[in-house]
Amino acid sequence: MNFDIGYMIEILPQLLVYIPITLYLAIVSMIIAVVIGGVLSLILVNRTPVAVQLSKLYISFFRGTPVLVQLLMIYFGLPQLFPWLNSISAVNAAIIAFSFNTSAYLAEIFRAALTSVDKGQTEAAISTGLTYHQAVWGIVLPQAVRNAVPATGNMFIGLIKNSSLAFTIGVTELLAQGKLLATATLQFFEAYLAVGIIYWGMTILYSWMQKWYEAKINKPYEA
Amino acid sequence: MIKVSGLKKAFKNTEVLKDINFEVKDGETVVIIGPSGSGKSTLLRCLNYLEKPDAGLIDIGDVSANTERVKKPTINKLRMQTSMVFQHYNLFKNKTVLGNITYPLTASKKFKKEEAVEIGEKLLGQVGILDKSKQYPVALSGGQQQRVGIARALAADPHAILFDEPTSSLDPEWVGEVLKVISDISKKEKTMIIVTHEMDFAKEIADRVIFMADGHIVEEGTPEEIFDNPENERTRKFLRKYTNHSGSIEEETIEPELVTV
Repeated sequence: MNFDIGYMIEILPQLLVYIPITLYLAIVSMIIAVVIGGVLSLILVNRTPVAVQLSKLYISFFRGTPVLVQLLMIYFGLPQLFPWLNSISAVNAAIIAFSFNTSAYLAEIFRAALTSVDKGQTEAAISTGLTYHQAVWGIVLPQAVRNAVPATGNMFIGLIKNSSLAFTIGVTELLAQGKLLATATLQFFEAYLAVGIIYWGMTILYSWMQKWYEAKINKPYEA
Repeated sequence: MIKVSGLKKAFKNTEVLKDINFEVKDGETVVIIGPSGSGKSTLLRCLNYLEKPDAGLIDIGDVSANTERVKKPTINKLRMQTSMVFQHYNLFKNKTVLGNITYPLTASKKFKKEEAVEIGEKLLGQVGILDKSKQYPVALSGGQQQRVGIARALAADPHAILFDEPTSSLDPEWVGEVLKVISDISKKEKTMIIVTHEMDFAKEIADRVIFMADGHIVEEGTPEEIFDNPENERTRKFLRKYTNHSGSIEEETIEPELVTV
């Protein structure tokens, strides 16, 4: 067996410096996805005519096609249709693809979270003189957020890992750097294992943060 | 005063309220009884506009609404005239006991935080639950939750309070404390409409009793008139069933040895 643990440790620092770009891809995509997913979920819950059909089509497409296909389509395909998108950077194309893809899943997660809040909560809020708007923001949304956090967290973990697909369009992020090191020294296993361990570490850290947050927001609901 | 005339409401093809007419004077306690599905709860929910009536006039306090062409601002004003105590309490799960009362006051009624807290603490004292004010609803028993629900309904100082089967989902051990709170409020000349299946309570607290069946008001009168001398056969039949249910054993001859537990 030929496994050089010394080499693996040696290249770790060269890989760790790519954590920021990976996190940047994941976090920015997540923020955009939450906004789009939030709007879509409100459209789904309120069954806004026309908008609801368009939203369903959007969700169906971005859930029904591989994220890699979406990434290639946006980076290479869109400039062909819209020449002014020629100058789009690979990083931005990746962010667009990841956020569109994630938002389709989040829309369904948020919709379920909103509808799982008991209708009596809205009724009680309205009967105490609150407007529908105040009822949603003050009473329904905070409870829906609590329902949505576990599944949303899963999506974010998926996004951290999916961000590695950005290397296919030339973004030098964590995986791309690992590939570079691997092909330079032909020590593939060490390089890719190092990359894997770094992803693993990031998701473990994130899981801890989420656990802490869930415990915090669950407090009011535990007898 | 509350005045309802020609109120109608249908769900799909089922007529739930068929031409309802009645009045409630200021300070009066009116109890609505009747079989399940008779439209009692829907009637209350229409008054609070949680359901939109199909037709009819609703006057509450100084707001009057023709339900067929009422606009949003009037609906909001009408809604502010009443507040509701729900069968399932419906306390805001994300707010503390005190927050359940202060949040609507500060968010919609433009009360200052300190004023809202003062009102909240006073009312929680009244319903005997001030010591739980920092807790969340989940930590309270059903009876305690419903008492908070009543305090919340009182907080906005509405023209009338609507009780929609306030004790129906309570364990028997908590019913008494909730009924006592309601009866205390009733002594304070608050206008109240109560939908309930607690006949003894109805008899004791009501100034007037309305018996509903099949979306109609069948009969109304003082508790004595309705419970002791009902005129309508439907009312008699309903009350007979109820007194049998609550087990008036003394009227039936049961051989002691046949009674098994």
